[in-house]
Amino acid sequence: MHIIESGNAAAATGVKLARAQVIAAYPITPQTPLTEKLSEFVESKELDAEYILVESEHSAMAVCIAASTAGTRAFTATSANGLLYMSEQLHWAAGARLPIVMCVPNRGIGAPWTVWNDQQDTISQRDVGWIQIYANDHQQIIDSVIKAFRLAQTVSIPVMVCYDGYLLSHTYMPFDQPDQSKVDSFLPAFVPAHFLDPENPGNFNAITLPDVRPNSDGIAPGYIEIRSNLHEDLRAALDTYIDIDKEFEKEFGRGGNPLVEEYECDDADFVAVCIGSLSYQLRDVIDIMRNDGVKIGVMGVQMYRPFPDKVIVDALSGKKCAIVFEKALSYGNQGALYGDIKSALYNSDKRPFVHNYLLGLGGREIKTQQLLDALTESCTSPETIGDTPRWIGLKL
Amino acid sequence: MENKTTILNLTEDEFVHSGTRACTGCGLSIVYRMGVKALGKDSILVVPPSCLTMLQGIYPVASAKLPSINVTFASTGAAATGVRAAMKALKKDNVNVVAWAGDGGTGDIGIQALSGACERGEDLIYICYDNEAYMNTGVQRSGTTPKGVLTTTTPIVGKLQEKKDIPAIIAAHGIDYVATASAAYPLDLYDKVKKATTLSGTKYIHVHTPCPPGWSFDTRYTIKIGKLAIKTGLFDLYEIENGAFQLTGPSKRLVGKERKPVTDYFNTQGRFKSLDEEMVKTVQDQVDAKWANY
Repeated sequence: MHIIESGNAAAATGVKLARAQVIAAYPITPQTPLTEKLSEFVESKELDAEYILVESEHSAMAVCIAASTAGTRAFTATSANGLLYMSEQLHWAAGARLPIVMCVPNRGIGAPWTVWNDQQDTISQRDVGWIQIYANDHQQIIDSVIKAFRLAQTVSIPVMVCYDGYLLSHTYMPFDQPDQSKVDSFLPAFVPAHFLDPENPGNFNAITLPDVRPNSDGIAPGYIEIRSNLHEDLRAALDTYIDIDKEFEKEFGRGGNPLVEEYECDDADFVAVCIGSLSYQLRDVIDIMRNDGVKIGVMGVQMYRPFPDKVIVDALSGKKCAIVFEKALSYGNQGALYGDIKSALYNSDKRPFVHNYLLGLGGREIKTQQLLDALTESCTSPETIGDTPRWIGLKL
Repeated sequence: MENKTTILNLTEDEFVHSGTRACTGCGLSIVYRMGVKALGKDSILVVPPSCLTMLQGIYPVASAKLPSINVTFASTGAAATGVRAAMKALKKDNVNVVAWAGDGGTGDIGIQALSGACERGEDLIYICYDNEAYMNTGVQRSGTTPKGVLTTTTPIVGKLQEKKDIPAIIAAHGIDYVATASAAYPLDLYDKVKKATTLSGTKYIHVHTPCPPGWSFDTRYTIKIGKLAIKTGLFDLYEIENGAFQLTGPSKRLVGKERKPVTDYFNTQGRFKSLDEEMVKTVQDQVDAKWANY
């Protein structure tokens, strides 16, 4: 059924269809309409879930961690400083291998305060051990939430579904709301391998030692083995997500680009790369430049962690230039995605030039003309732009 | 309290294996053993970093026969909330959800999550074992360290501030049951925990817990010193049920009787050796004024 609703409502509807059992949330702009919608679903009994209105984001993730460890499907959502306030808990949830799903409408981080969109919040949390999926429109938001629950419980790793604050969270677009019965068959109930159970007691997340330890069952891993497992399983999750996406496409007729989404890239000499809804804005620029005879395409990175390096290298090797646009950066260095892409391309024998543009921080408007100017310059003189990130739209 | 448990009718069920990682003479090991006895098998523990983390064992060894989740320092009250929410979602209504934290994990870094849980009236038991400093990290001062006490972060002059009254702060939330207990009176503790398992809503039990290395006393004196804290009137055993305060057990029996001077307690422990006469008198006056109202 097609409906017209906000991106936050799309996310909330996805959570309802996924039959989350425990939800915890603390309000922060621009996440609030999502959690308000969930309150409506729970109070109207459209969704049978325990909904805990906690006193902080740190506690929101604590509720999810504990509820997930006890064997229930858990969900929360936050943005910006709220995400950073739960950062310790993000590491914990990943280390404890819990299939929690969290939506993050992306927002810039204070100081100074901003409520507007950029992606510094989730990009700065790229190393916590969570899977990060970025949605580019409302359909992708609702679909990604449902797929995220399936992925999380398949690989026992928590998943963030990220989408641009305001640009997607607060805008209204038509999207298809999947049938509950189809979602139920796509997303089976969460059956944990281990859970808090008085009939089978265990001490979860106990302290470990630097080395392995003998156990009645053999040799128990030390911290480094447990963390290495998390990394290897994250890497394997790339293929798992491709399979899940294929199943989703079979059931719902949508999908096919789970890791990156390419537009006009096949014959392109130049490829713009970015994360989030900007990749759709860039399609207009691509169309303009194609009309002028420039062979250019755009690639949206849908899954940022684990990083789909092989797919990206395959897509960019042999191109003349990849132009990376970012609404976040690793301060004192460069854009995080830019660094990841250059690193992935290092072993390619057909390395393109790679450029980095920083833009849109704190919700600064991104004009099509600015994108056109930047891309035109990069395509005109790919070899002279250099390695220093360039800022778009600075007025002072 | 009616139907007091005695050593004759105390359950023989044990939920702690012998030989834990607790220090010799550890007050917590008494509190833990008696507490989980009272809780019984159908219980889930929620534990932040503290001495209890060590006592419960290093992976893959576990010292207790109860399920336990280790959580981050500040999150105990919220994590216990999450366990309860899951029990509700899974229709497992017969499980005691029990948060078990030290004084710093409760009254300092953990107070926000605990306050939130109390305000929401979460159905859980919160046990705080108060050994009056950050013992697991090596005896640093906490909000509940008494005034004048020497710790590794108040090494010469002693702590300058008063002990934070955590049970009073929790009681101000209007939860149904707040109690204090002592490691030196394990049967009183047992009965209070047992009572908490029969009540709904948030139950908070604050347990005075002597610590030989942290308080500088010989390991054989844990019970003696715990009892002295009560008999001098420094730490009082009470219950606040539905808002009604009453002293219990050994503290109740002290009303109208002569209490031991606080110096009897201070002299047993190295941590009080920087107290001068004036400070001792101030504390004695405070205790006398408090007891004048009982």
